[in-house]
Formats: sequence, structure tokens, C-alpha cells
Amino acid sequence: MTSNKRRVFLKGTLAAGTVGVAVGAGLLAPSKLLAAWPEDAFKARGFEDTLQAALGTTDMPEGDIEISAPEIAENGMVVPVTVETGMSDVSEMALFVVENGSPLTSKYVLGAGAVPMFATRIKMGQSSDVVAAVKSGDTWYSATREVKVTIGGCGG
Amino acid sequence: MSTIRVRAQESDGIVTVRALMTHPMETGTSKDAAGDLIPPHHIDVVTADVGDTNVMTAYWGVTISRNPFFQFQFEGNKGDTLKLAWTDNQGGSDSVEATIG
Repeated sequence: MTSNKRRVFLKGTLAAGTVGVAVGAGLLAPSKLLAAWPEDAFKARGFEDTLQAALGTTDMPEGDIEISAPEIAENGMVVPVTVETGMSDVSEMALFVVENGSPLTSKYVLGAGAVPMFATRIKMGQSSDVVAAVKSGDTWYSATREVKVTIGGCGG
Repeated sequence: MSTIRVRAQESDGIVTVRALMTHPMETGTSKDAAGDLIPPHHIDVVTADVGDTNVMTAYWGVTISRNPFFQFQFEGNKGDTLKLAWTDNQGGSDSVEATIG
């Protein structure tokens, strides 16, 4: 795990360095920096590896986070999910489907005055725990909710 | 015709944004009629700004449903203009502006 963290850290440093050079050379407008899609996190396989790539940790205490989702989703192609939290000083949120081939569905960076909530619709290949992660201060917290899927929704 | 339909409503200082975007959100694992894999095609970044201030950025993968729905909230004012924009992994993009009502 230590070596893995180090690898991710080094990758991040290299990427930041490249972007920094691009900005310095006037190749990128500063606003483009926001549009850095976290490719490693979305391409990671397996829940633990995905957490590490997306959040930099796999150790998340349970937080004051509410996940609203159907108990049974008839159609895994479209599963509505809402995540809300009463925690303060929230800067980022993320949503995972543990059993999906690509567990990270989405990640959110809260801007000025953003309320720590989001709602979207996700694909689920099969019944799975859905995990919401919320970064409050410097710590990622999580909550888990099981969603049963009747007809899976990942390709085929 | 924009690919984005958005409503932004203020109540007690909190703006609730509901957006629907038209996009195939292909996973890369589906096949077309000829049996060939359809390459992944998905919105990867959604940004919401009021003036020069970013209020929300979403990073999405292929497991966000086709024709994505996105709801979020921020502290804001009636009459301000919200700009919502997306880009996808094949270089596509769209944006729309909405007056907060």
C-alpha cells in the first residue's frame, strides 16, 4: 500500500508539473485547470484500488451522509441517487458502485457557496453497495447503501 | 438547439439547479448492429459558474446514465446568470446560460 501511495503521489506530481509548464507557456487558460478529468480514478478496477486512486485513501470513517436511492432498482441503466450531508467544510464528494467494473461513477468539487449535495442517475451492472464519500476538512468520510438491481445496466 | 436544459430557482438564498443533458454516455462495452464495440463516449466534466466564480465542477465516468440528470445547490441570488457547460471525452462540448429565477 505504501508503495502504491507513493506511485500515485509521484504520478500526481509529474502531471501537475506538466500542466504547470503548459500554463506557463500560455498553452492553457487557467480555467482549463478545473477540467482535469481524473483518468486514473475512473480507469481503476476493484473498489479498494479505485478508492486509493480517487481519494488517496481507503480508510474512511462513517460520516453524517445520507444516500437516497431505491432499495430495488428494476432498471440498472438508470438508478437515481441523491447524496446529502450535514457535515461542514466540505470541499469534494464522490460516488462509487462497489460491484461495477469501473467503481467510480463521479466526483464533485464544490465551488464558492456550494451546498454539499448532488443528485444524478447512475448505471449499475448488478446489485451492489453504493458508497458516497465526502471530504470534510482534510478527511474523507463515507456512507454505504445497498441497492438491489433486477436488470443490470452496463453494456452487453 | 442546446443539448442542455437547465432550471435554476432561488429560495431563501439557496439556488437549486436541475439540468438534463442530451448525451449517449456510451460505456465502451456495448455493440452496434454490426457487432462491433461502440467506443466510450461520455461527458467527462461539467462546470457551473456564476460570473467568474465556479460554484460546482463534476467529473463523470461512463457509469452516469444516458442523457444525464444533475441537480446541485449553491448560495446565490435571483437574477444572476448561471453558466452550465460540459465537455466529453471525444472533444465535444456545449454550454448554456440561465437566469436564476
